[in-house]
Amino acid sequence: MGIELFIVVLIAFMLLAALVAVEARDLLSSVIAVGAAGFALSVIDLLVGAPDLAITQVVVEVVALVLLIRVVLTRDDTSVTSARDVLRTGAVLLGAGVLLAAVFFAIGGRGIPQQGGGTLPPFGQPVLSHAPDAAVPPGVAADYLERGADQTGAVNTVTAVLLDFRAYDTLGEATVIFVSILGAYAILRRIGRRRDASTPDQEEGTPS
Amino acid sequence: MNQSGMTLIVKNTARLVSGFITVFGIYIALTGHLTPGGGFAGGVILAAAAALVVLSFGRESSSKLITGPACHVADAAGALGFLVVALLGYLAGDFFINFVPLGQRHHLASGGAIPLSNLAILIKVGAGLAGAFLALSAFRLAPRPDLTGGEEL
Repeated sequence: MGIELFIVVLIAFMLLAALVAVEARDLLSSVIAVGAAGFALSVIDLLVGAPDLAITQVVVEVVALVLLIRVVLTRDDTSVTSARDVLRTGAVLLGAGVLLAAVFFAIGGRGIPQQGGGTLPPFGQPVLSHAPDAAVPPGVAADYLERGADQTGAVNTVTAVLLDFRAYDTLGEATVIFVSILGAYAILRRIGRRRDASTPDQEEGTPS
Repeated sequence: MNQSGMTLIVKNTARLVSGFITVFGIYIALTGHLTPGGGFAGGVILAAAAALVVLSFGRESSSKLITGPACHVADAAGALGFLVVALLGYLAGDFFINFVPLGQRHHLASGGAIPLSNLAILIKVGAGLAGAFLALSAFRLAPRPDLTGGEEL
C-alpha cells in the first residue's frame, strides 16, 4: 500500500514536470523538466520491480539530458517571449485525459470481441498473463517464467524473452534505432559546416 | 596543454572516470543474461563515456579517439553482427534458433547466443549514440537562416 501511494505521488510529479516542460519560458528549464519526469519514471520502474527497465531508463535519461543541454546551450534564442497560458493548457490536457479514460473504460472495460470467438482482455489487464476468467485464453508469461531458464540458459528472464523468445521484436527495435540514427546523420550532415560569408545564399529557405 | 575543452579539473576527472564507465558499460552488456541490464543499457553507458570525453576534452582533442566515421562503421558493424547472429541460427535449423551450447546456468558462458546478441547490440547502440552525439555537438556552427546577418556564432 505504501509503495502504491509513493507511485501515485511520483506520477503526479511526472505530470507536473511534463506540464512545466511544455509551458516553461526557457528551453533549458523545459529540458530539465523532461529529465525530471524521466528520472521519476525510472524510480517507478524500480518500485514495481523492473530493474532492467530502470537501468535503461536512467542511462538513457542521463545521456539525453547531457545531449539536450549541450544543444540548448549552443543556441542563444532559447527563451520564449510570447505569453503562456498554463491554466488553459493544463485544463485541456486534464479534460483530454479524463475523456480518454472514460472512452477506455466504456469500450474496453468489458473486453473486446475478437474474430476467433474469444475476447481481448479488459483494459489494464496484462495481455500475456493468465486471466482469472476462462473466457480469455491463457497467455504465455507463466510458460516463460517456468521454462525460460531451462530453454535458453539465461537466468535473467527479461533478457531471455528479449533476445530468445521475442528476438524478432528486438531485431525490429535495433532496425528502428539504426534507421533513426541514420536519419539524424542525414539531417545533421551539413549543418556543422559554417557557410562561407562571401558566397551568397542560393537556396534561401530550403534546409541544405 | 591543449586549451580546448573544459578546465584541467574536469579533464583529469574525465581521464580517471571514463575508463571505469566504459568497463561498466561492457560489464552491463556482457552479464545481461545473468543480472539486470543488457546490450542496450550497456551501449548507452558507452555512449555516455564517449560524450564525457568529447565534452571535457573538446571536439578537436577527442577526434583522435572518437571520430564520426569510426562511429558510423561500428554502428553498421554492430547492426550487421546482430543480423549475423540471427542468421547463424540456420546452423541449428531456423532463423534466430540458438546455435551455441547453453552452458552451465549462472555462469558467464551460458545462455547460448544471448551474450553474442548482447555484444552486437552493445557495439551498435554505443557507436550509434556516440555518433549522434558527435553530429549534434557540431550543431553550434550551424548557420541560422532565420536571422539574416547572424554572424556572431
